Amino acid sequence: MEGLLERLGRGDRLVGDGAWGTELMERGLPEGQPPEWIALERPEVLEEVARLYVDAGADLVTTDTFGGSSFRLALHGLAGERERINRQAVEAVRRAVGERALVSASMGPSGRLLEPYGDTSAEAVGEAFLEQVGTLAAAGADLVCIETMSDLTEATRAVRAARAAAPDLPVMVTMTFEPTPRGYFTVMGVSAERAVGGLLEAGADVVGSNCGTGMRDMVGIARELMRVSRLPVAVQPNAGLPQTRDGRLVYDESPQKMAARVPELLDLGVALVGGCCGTTPEHVRALRRAVDDWRARASRD
Amino acid sequence: MDTLIRIADSLQRGDDAQVGTLTAEALAAGIPAGDVLQKGLIAGMNLVGEQFRLREIFLPDVLLAARAMYAGLELLRPRLAQEGVPLRGKVVIGTIKGDLHDIGKNLVGIMLKGAGFEVIDLGHDVAPEAFVDAAVREQAPLIGMSALLTTTMVRMKEVVDLIDSRGLSGQIKTIVGGAPLSSDFAREIGADDYASDSATAVERVKSLLGVT
Repeated sequence: MEGLLERLGRGDRLVGDGAWGTELMERGLPEGQPPEWIALERPEVLEEVARLYVDAGADLVTTDTFGGSSFRLALHGLAGERERINRQAVEAVRRAVGERALVSASMGPSGRLLEPYGDTSAEAVGEAFLEQVGTLAAAGADLVCIETMSDLTEATRAVRAARAAAPDLPVMVTMTFEPTPRGYFTVMGVSAERAVGGLLEAGADVVGSNCGTGMRDMVGIARELMRVSRLPVAVQPNAGLPQTRDGRLVYDESPQKMAARVPELLDLGVALVGGCCGTTPEHVRALRRAVDDWRARASRD
Repeated sequence: MDTLIRIADSLQRGDDAQVGTLTAEALAAGIPAGDVLQKGLIAGMNLVGEQFRLREIFLPDVLLAARAMYAGLELLRPRLAQEGVPLRGKVVIGTIKGDLHDIGKNLVGIMLKGAGFEVIDLGHDVAPEAFVDAAVREQAPLIGMSALLTTTMVRMKEVVDLIDSRGLSGQIKTIVGGAPLSSDFAREIGADDYASDSATAVERVKSLLGVT
């Protein structure tokens, strides 16, 4: 199968997958357990969700390992199962997607505040990422996807860990930016420009943004990222903001509403569009269609 | 320069050593501990909170300022007790049952403590009864609840209902927060208030408890 960087290198535009947590809850993730519990106890559920996303047209399918670092797993008394969780999560997605999609191995933040703001050293966090990414790579992931980062030091430690443990795998890193009166910043005060500079230096292959407040802001963030990045840019926004409707929570961006902004992103030069919180296989299907339509138009013009 | 202004200034810069030194100086010079708290530490922290709310500064600056606040507060605490000056009020906080996310809740705790409130942090995965029991036991007039999951946030209503059914309405107020929440949701479940981020939480808590 053609790798991520080869595809991006020839100008292909890719579609990511959507949210996992909600899909897992609907399929029996017990209350109070982290999503990684499924990888340990019911990996067949991961196959089911991965199949939904690949059938919807995702080029990349994410592994259920966002909280698979020892720091996060320790909160649930699962640190001892770290190796098994990360390995089984990769294997389950591979079984489901075969060669139809790339297995994108997720690593999320440690959840710790780094010194001097908190009590955790950058070395300790780097060490945790190194352990995790070693397992993800050995289990056969096609790329490493470091996501939802706010702290640039933590993000660059994760990239360096991936480079060290899996030198052959492409590394994609997406940070979460919020709109402020002075432009887009992460909650730790990292601008798009600083993020791109730091991540490039650490060895990232693809940079970008995920989560956040929905498509409208994501277009603005993408514009910023494209202005400062010579690396391919990936965006995976939330389906807008959650709202209560009839006592139930729904995200306010429908598949159609999200997909409507896809041409703008692609016109800007964004290389990969996927979804984060609140997105479903239906959203991915709509993104797929929008990307295909755009490409068909582009090849006609 | 006036020592209290210098305390506020050092606090904004996150200089915990300097805040400690100046707080000790102020006390040695006979300035009442209550004034050091209000016009020095809290005045500085209020500015930090306001700048964060407007994103003129970011979380790292707030965390350093909060740490500097603690440095001063530790020195003040025994003197405040002697002078009979209460802290600004007590708040029980926690992440609602079923929800294990606690970064946002921890930030709110840091900010509230930084603003001079006494914070009883029940941690994450907190049962509705545990919130109310703690507020009663600690005589805290306010419960702050956090949720990051759309599936757990609906649980917050149980806390509000429990306060009602135990006849504690009016004595214990509630404020809610977390990424998927909104003021509409807070209204719908009958919570007294909603805060969109940790800086706003401090502002809303002050207003709910009627302190400046």
